[in-house]
This record gives sequence, C-alpha cells and structure tokens, in this order.
Amino acid sequence: MLEIKGLRASIDGKAILNGIDLVIPPGEVHAIMGPNGSGKSTLSYVLSGREGYEVDGGTATFAGQDILAMEPEERAAAGLFLAFQYPVELPGVNNANFLRTALNAQRRARGEGELDAVQFLKLARTEAKRLSMPDDMLKRNVNVGFSGGEKKRNEVLQMAMLRPKLAILDETDSGLDIDALKIVAEGVNALRGPGFSALVITHYQRLLDHIVPDRVHVLANGRIVKSGGPELAHALEAGGYAAVIPEAA
Amino acid sequence: MPAVAETLETVQAATEGGYKWGFSTDIEMDMAPKGLNEDIIRLISARKNEPQWLLDWRLAAFAVWLKMDEPDWAMVNHPPIDYQDLHYYAAPKKKAGPKSLDEVDPELLRTYEKLGIPLKERAILAGVETPDDVMPQVAMDAVFDSVSVATTFKATLAKSGVIFCPISEAVQEHPELVRKYLGSVVPTSDNYFAALNSAVFTDGSFVYIPKGVRCPMELSTYFRINARNTGQFERTLIIAEEASHVSYLEGCTAPQRDENQLHAAVVELVAFDDATIKYSTVQNWYPGDSEGKGGIYNFVTKRGHCRGARSKISWTQVETGSAITWKYPSCVLQGDDSVGEFYSVAVTNNFQQADTGTKMIHIGKRTKSTIVSKGISAGRSNNTYRGLVRIDRRADGARNFTQCDSLLIGDQCGAHTVPYIESRNPTAKLEHEATTSKIAEDQLFYCRQRGLSEEDAVGLIVNGFCKDVLKELPMEFAVEAQKLLAVSLEGSVG
Amino acid sequence: MSAPSGPLAALKAAADAFVADYHARKTSLPGDSHVRAEAAALVATQGLPGPREEAWRYTPLRPFAEAQFAPARRAEPSAALLARIPAIAGTRLVFVDGRFHSELSGVPEGYRVTTGEPAFGHLARPAEEKLVALNTMLAEDGAAIHVPAGTDAGTIILASLATGAAVGFHPRHHIVLEAGATLTLIDLALGDGEYLSNPVLTFEVAAGATVTHLRTQDEGAGAFHLSTVYAEVAEGGTYDSFALTLGGKLARMEVHARLAGPNAAAHLNAAQLLGASQHADFTTIVRHDAPNTASRQTVKNVLTGRSRGVFQGKIEVARIAQKTDGYQMNQALLLSPQAEMDSKPQLQIYADDVKCSHGATVGALDADQLFYLRSRGVPEAEARAILVRAFLSEALDPITHEEARAAMEAAIAAWWERRE
Repeated sequence: MLEIKGLRASIDGKAILNGIDLVIPPGEVHAIMGPNGSGKSTLSYVLSGREGYEVDGGTATFAGQDILAMEPEERAAAGLFLAFQYPVELPGVNNANFLRTALNAQRRARGEGELDAVQFLKLARTEAKRLSMPDDMLKRNVNVGFSGGEKKRNEVLQMAMLRPKLAILDETDSGLDIDALKIVAEGVNALRGPGFSALVITHYQRLLDHIVPDRVHVLANGRIVKSGGPELAHALEAGGYAAVIPEAA
Repeated sequence: MPAVAETLETVQAATEGGYKWGFSTDIEMDMAPKGLNEDIIRLISARKNEPQWLLDWRLAAFAVWLKMDEPDWAMVNHPPIDYQDLHYYAAPKKKAGPKSLDEVDPELLRTYEKLGIPLKERAILAGVETPDDVMPQVAMDAVFDSVSVATTFKATLAKSGVIFCPISEAVQEHPELVRKYLGSVVPTSDNYFAALNSAVFTDGSFVYIPKGVRCPMELSTYFRINARNTGQFERTLIIAEEASHVSYLEGCTAPQRDENQLHAAVVELVAFDDATIKYSTVQNWYPGDSEGKGGIYNFVTKRGHCRGARSKISWTQVETGSAITWKYPSCVLQGDDSVGEFYSVAVTNNFQQADTGTKMIHIGKRTKSTIVSKGISAGRSNNTYRGLVRIDRRADGARNFTQCDSLLIGDQCGAHTVPYIESRNPTAKLEHEATTSKIAEDQLFYCRQRGLSEEDAVGLIVNGFCKDVLKELPMEFAVEAQKLLAVSLEGSVG
Repeated sequence: MSAPSGPLAALKAAADAFVADYHARKTSLPGDSHVRAEAAALVATQGLPGPREEAWRYTPLRPFAEAQFAPARRAEPSAALLARIPAIAGTRLVFVDGRFHSELSGVPEGYRVTTGEPAFGHLARPAEEKLVALNTMLAEDGAAIHVPAGTDAGTIILASLATGAAVGFHPRHHIVLEAGATLTLIDLALGDGEYLSNPVLTFEVAAGATVTHLRTQDEGAGAFHLSTVYAEVAEGGTYDSFALTLGGKLARMEVHARLAGPNAAAHLNAAQLLGASQHADFTTIVRHDAPNTASRQTVKNVLTGRSRGVFQGKIEVARIAQKTDGYQMNQALLLSPQAEMDSKPQLQIYADDVKCSHGATVGALDADQLFYLRSRGVPEAEARAILVRAFLSEALDPITHEEARAAMEAAIAAWWERRE
C-alpha cells in the first residue's frame, strides 16, 4: 500500500527525516513510536503534502503512485487520510457541509457519483452514532469550540466517512480519556480489513492496547532504528526509548 | 419550492466562471441627448409627466449640485467623471406598461432570463395571469436603465393595502405620499451624488406598508444598466407605517463594457413606531475586467430613518460588483428603543475599489445598533470599511456593537478600516472590534488534506468568514450570494 | 474665495502673526537658518491646521488661534514649580519657557548633550505637519542627545517648565541612540497659566537600541500643549512609550513611529485624564515598513466634567512588512453626562500575512462592579477610585521604570483628588 524508500526531508534547511525506509502492505496496521523531535509529525506532513516541508531525497509510493509529486487534495482523493494531531478550526464552516464537500470532491476526483444531501446525512448520522457523537456535532462549525476529545472523535468520524486506503493517525490519543480512546480505537478497528492500512503515530503503548499493530517501528533522529512486532511496544513501555535507541543511551 | 430550485439552477450556471451577467440587450431605446443642464431635467420631468412641484424640486437640487464638489475623502481613485458625457435618460421604447406577453419586448424577457429572474416571475413580469396556488413568494419590480418595466403582484399586494410600484407611477397615483417623504431622509443637499440623483433620477421603486400590515411576501427589485454611456439614477422610497413589516430585496447587474458607467442611487427608508424594514442587497454590477478596464462606478446614498419608537431598520448587503463602490447604508435612530443593523460582505478582486460601511446615529433613548462587516480583498484591489457611530447627548442607554473583519488574499491588495466612534452620553456603551488577517495556511491544508481543491477550500473558508452576514439574507439570496463570492474570487489563489 | 471669516480667518491671522514674529527676529534665531526659512515659507502658505482637515476633525484649533503669545524670554521658575519635578534618579535637563537652564541641570556621563540651539535632526516633516513647520520656524533651543553604541545612558529627566507668562515656545529635541544603546527619557511638561508649548522631539533608534519615553503632560489649566514626536526604529530596536495627559486647556500629542527594520517594535501606550472643559487628543501613526515588526497601543481615557477626549490611531502596513503584528486598544470611561469621547482607530494594510487588530470601547463605570465593591463595604467614592485605577492599569502596568511609574501613579491620584 505504502512504500517509502530513503525519504529525507527538511524544514527551513534543517534536516528532520534522514532516510526513512518503510513498507506498509495492504491490510496492515503499523505503529511508529519515538521520542519528541524524532520526526514523527514531519513524516505525516511530508506524506500528506503540507507546504514548508522540503523533500531532499527518497521516494514514497502509495497505491502505485508517486505521492510526493501530488497536491494534497490529490493524495486525499487517492485514499490518504491524515488524522491531525491538532485538528484545525474552521469558523463559520458547518461540519456536515464540510464533510459532504470533501467527500464529494474526492468522489468526483475518482469518477464516482456524488452523494446528495439525504444520502449523505443518513451516512453521517450512522457513523456519528457509531462513534457516540451527538447529532448536533454535525451542525456545529468544524472543530470550533470542540473539546480535545471531540476534535479527535471528529477526525475519526471524517475518516470513517471518507473511507481512506491509508490512514495516518498523528498522536490521535493525545488529550483523550480512556472512554474516548476506546471509541477512537473502535472506529479504526472497524475499518480494518484487506483494503485498509493505517500508520499509527503515538508516544505511548496505551493506544496500541486497543489498536493492536501488525508491526511497530521506532523512529529516532529521523530514521527508523528498530522494527518488530507488537511486543516491541511493550518493551518500550517497560524500558523506555533508551533501551532501543543506541544514540540516546 | 420551485422558486428556490430555479434560483439554484441560475446559480449553477453562474459558477461556470467569469462575469455571467455581462450580456447586453438590443432594444430600441428612447434616449435623451448627452449632457446635464436644466433642459435635460425639464425633459426627464416632462417624459414622466411630473407635477410642477417635482420639477421645481429637481431644479433646486441641480442648483445645489452645481455648487458642490465631488467628495474626495474615500479611499478610491478614478479619472475625473465627465458629467456632460452621459445620457441621463434612456428607456425602452414603450409607451405604457405591458398588458400581455405580446406587449413585452422579447429581448427584455430574454434579459430577465439571463438575469436569473425565476421563470414564473418572468411570466408575471410579462403580464401573464397566474393562479394563486402557484404564486411565488416574491413580488418583483424590474428597473431597466432609467425606467421601471413591470411590477408583479400589484393586485395581490393591494388587497392588504401594500403599495409596490415604480416611483414614477407613485408620483402620479400617490403624489401626497411621495411629496411628503421624498427627500425627507436624504435631503437634496446631503451630498454630491444625492444632489445629482435628486436632479435627474428617472425611476426606482416605491413601497408603502400601511399601519399594522405585515407585507405578505418579499418585495424585490432587479436593477439593470443596459444602454451605453448612460448613468442610472434610481430612487427608492419605502415607508413602513406603525407596526408594519416589510422585507425588500434588490439585485443589480450590468453588461460588460470597456468604458465606466455611472450609477448614483438614493434609497430612503422611513419606519414608524414598531415598524420593521429589512433591506437586502446583492450588488453585482459589472466590476471591470481583470486588467481594471470598465466597470460601474457605484456611488450610492442609502439611509433609513427610524422615526418611531421600537422601529427597526436592518441593512444587509453583499457587494461583489462595481469597479468602485462608495456606499454607506445608514440608520438615524430617532425613536426611543429603535434598532439599526448593518450586515455587510464586500468582496474586491482584480482592480476593484470599495469604500463602504455605515453610519449609526443614536438620538433616541436605549437605541441599539449592530454592525458586522466582512471585507475580502484579493488581486490588486482595495477594500475599505468606513463607519460612523455617533451617540447623541440625549441617547441614554444606547448600545452599539461593531465587528469589522478583513481578509486578505494575496499580497498585492489592501484592506483598510476607518471607524469613527463618537460618544456624548456616559450611559451609552460602545464596543468596536476589528481584525485583519489572511486565510490561515493550516486551514487551507486541512481542507486540502480532506480532498478539496485550493480554490474550493478558499471558497469554503471565505463563506465561513462571511457566515454571520449571509445568515441575515433571505434564503434564495443567501445561496446566490455564496456562489457569487466564489465567482468573484476566481483566479485570486494559486 | 470670499473674504475669510470665522475660524479660518482666525487661524490665518494667527499664522500670519507667527510669521511676522519670525521675520522680526529671524536674524537673531540660532541654528540652521535655511531649514527655518523653508519652514517659514510653509507656515506662510499653509497656515495652521484647519477644522476641515481629516487629521484635525476632532480637535479644532480655533481657541488656540484666538489666543496671543509673545515670544518667550529667559525666565526663572518659582520654587513651587521646580518642586513639581518628581525626585527620580537620573540626569536632569531643565528648560524654562523653552530655554535650557544649565544651573538647574545635571551633567551627562557617557553620552553627549548639546543645547543652546534647536536640535532639528532630519526626521521631522514640516511639509506634512503644520505645527512642526511652526516649531521649525520659531524653535530657539532644545537638547541634542547622542548615546554611543552599546551605551546604557540610564535615565534622563527632560523637564519643560512654564512660568505662566503668556508666551509661546517651540523646543526642538533630537535624540540619537546608536546600535545597542539604551535610554530612559522622562519627559515632563509642567506649568501654570496660559501659554503655548509646541515641542517637537525626534528619536533615531539604531539597530538593537531601546529608548523608553515616559511622558507626563501636566501643563497649566489655560495652556495649549501641542507636541509632535517622530521615532524611527531600525532592526531589532524599540521605541517604548507611555504618555500621561493631565493638564492643559487644549492638548494634542501626535506621535509618528516608523518601524524601519525587521523586528523593530513600538509601544505607544497612553492615558488621558480630563476634567472641566479640557480637550485632549492623542494621535498616533504607526508605520510598519519592514517584516516582523510589532506595535502595541493601549490608550485609556477617563473623562469628567465637560471634557472631550480624542484618540486617533492609525496602523499602516506596507507591502513589504509581512508578519506584522499590530494591536491597538482604545477605551474610554465617561464619568459625567457632559463628557465626550471621539475615537478613530484606523488600519491601512497592504501586506497579507499580518495580524492586526484594534478595539475600542466607550462607556461608564460598570454598575455591577461598583455595586459589588459597595456591597463589600467599600464606600462609593473609593469604589469608583478603585475601578478607575483598575481601568488604567492595563496601560500603566507595562511601565517597568519603578520611580517613574510611582510618580505617575501619584500624579493620577492627585488628579483624582482635585477632580472631586
């Protein structure tokens, strides 16, 4: 699904990613863990195409396409979804309207028919219910006045509606209490299947108890320094990053 | 609701890009020669078969105008206007109003079609009888260059005592009302353009809502400048008697022309005790091309007088057109507990210049005003909010809240805010806030990550920015206005 | 044009009188006679600011034009007047009726001060500001303060004392801070009686330099105080000011701050406390001419009696000045039914990546707050004083110079007392 080779990237001339190699096969969920400043968020922004991040080398192929050459919305239409660490507020923009505009833009880009208001609302209400989100969240402005937990749930709702091939969850667990965490995890787990891959970026083992990854990678100084199965996350929780990152010892 | 569906269709056509209202219509015109002098004014007055008092009033206004200088305080620049190089009267060659479809020039009907006037109303404008059960909710007047062409639903409105007709007709049919109120809100000497309008105004709408009547439908006027080298000087007068209520909409378009055309309108509103007037405008005069060539000079005086206690006048405007906009819809809050509102979205792109805002003059006790202004500048345009809030000595307990936000798209445009805040009463409370910013990168990225193109993302964010104003518009207009915003900003990103 | 009459005629006559005075004394006036002659030509042709000028719409100069001011002479201040200079540690530079008095002044250390002639500098724009042309035409004295690179000049107390003679004086000061220099200038305008004080101060703030300009205007009840400040701030420099207006019959402080280099900053805070029929105007024009510049303005007005407060604040952002951060807040408390506040905050912005905002409020003391205090046993008068002081705190709190702030607090307290 996603194949990254030797990816190097910088911000304002400062190198952040120093050669990332990562392959996420279809249907797999991978976790990336790492200390602050290791490049976790940069990786998610480089993959989704945020301005200000300079790709200095390497490749990233997503569903057979060179995504690094694509506009952010083209990547989204191709099936890449980023759940933001800090979801952005859009004052005056109605949540349901936003989601429908996004969904139909993607469907249009893929040559699929657009959903009308009735079809859309039915789908949105079903998904919102599954995520224990009250209906009125759809009526509110995008993330405006949402609590931290509500914002993250809203991200998961968008993911559920947009049905991406690959979801990058950038510290989606931060700021969530345990109940919200479970709801978010269920939202992700519900999508798991052969056509859905995920890259879960997190600081803590906690989320990975609920979204059990197929592989865990440790990111440090812009490189993946260690990879393993779910047990690696437990080892990190027990021994800290020092145990697995030679430079940090 | 069929009317809404049709509006939507029109709007969809509008989103294909560019200025979609830039067609001109070939109709035989009755035109006065170019130039402005007493004889032209006499000619206009004679063409309209006006009483002597009105001619005298016009000539007095002209004498005042001759002594005035064009105002220079607004942040707009334009080459000097040659007032002698314009036609002050242009009318489709037709003697009386249309009685049947055959009497209406088919070109005119096609114009309405292109203007997006819903089908049913077009038919009614043409005089076709419509059964009551399919009656649309909007009564309409259409002003084409200098004259009002047709007014719909007069009979239905007359049942409730509402008068809605061209002002030229009101001069004939209701001279006592016109004479009493014309110029009572905007005196002839008010300003340069108001004086000019008073001297040469040719038509416009007249609305009278009797005591206690809630106007059964929205009233609407479409204004269109068509002829070359003409000025349009319409005059609108709305009187809401005690405890009456009216919502009035106006839409404006003009053909695409290389030369600049002048539009100097005057709108006067009078609200008595407990009356409410809601006045909405979607102004989409031709803005000029992307090089700044052509476009309408829009110099408009709009003022409402809340004469009665608890009266309310609410202005909502969406200004996307015109090369130059000079417009300050105002409220004189004389009645105790009267309320003035001003909700405005002004979009400028390319070389457009807008200097617009409001005046809220608090005279009565516990008078209240709200100003919400959203300015969006793109291209090489300049967009200025200019507003005055004045609290008079007697206005105990007056309140004003003003929110003025500017959004810049691109680094070649300007956004300016010039508020005047004057308080002479310690029990009054005024709050004014203004911000200027650009569309945040993170908002744009967030939308694009969800699959929206950059242009759609800008449109979405801009609509969100304007929401507090757009929600004040009647529904059909709100949809139209949203699409207009997107069209107006085309080519401003990327 | 018809024959002049009314305020315009009075202004014309006043300007002519000033020009006549210049021509009578021009050979004896010190300093650059060429600059002066140019200014005289401007005054002769442009006159004084008139009521139809946008920049002067709220401050008509007619009362000023109708008064008569003789040229100032050397005068000795009374002990009482001298005692009004607060005891603040620093070097004193004392001017009496516009003339420098070395016997009352201290000796600068580590920086240069030149007096005896007007310090014209090159930042003032007599062609743009008519009162600056007037000042340039008639200036007789001033301080040229020059702080070398990297020097901390400490505190200078620039005291302008007016003896109350019916005279006009036009001091002209020029302050230069070289790179990295610092200076606190305590700028006092104190006096009694009826007179005209029309000072112009220009500040050249080089890269990384910081000047703190703390002003107290407590002129006589019949006095006209019309001052103009120009500050030009280079990269990383700061012009940090607070202006307290208490006195004068008709007063205006006009400040032009230009942020000329990246990361330059200007703070233009002020408080105007007015009573009786006082009229005071605080007018600022901040021009952001380089990227990443910041300006902050908090202006508070407390108005009693029949006083009239005016605030005009304009933030201009040039196309090049991306990442500008401009903030302006103007608030007024109207404490009497006859008081009036006129406010014109203005943004003029030509760069898109900016954060600019202004706010303005006008109203009375909050009735709920007043009641709350009284319900806790605070007498009404005291409760009012507390709330007024709280209202002013946002403008006063940024003053870090403890002695200067204490002196201003004392002056405010005295104003509050004498108001009653």
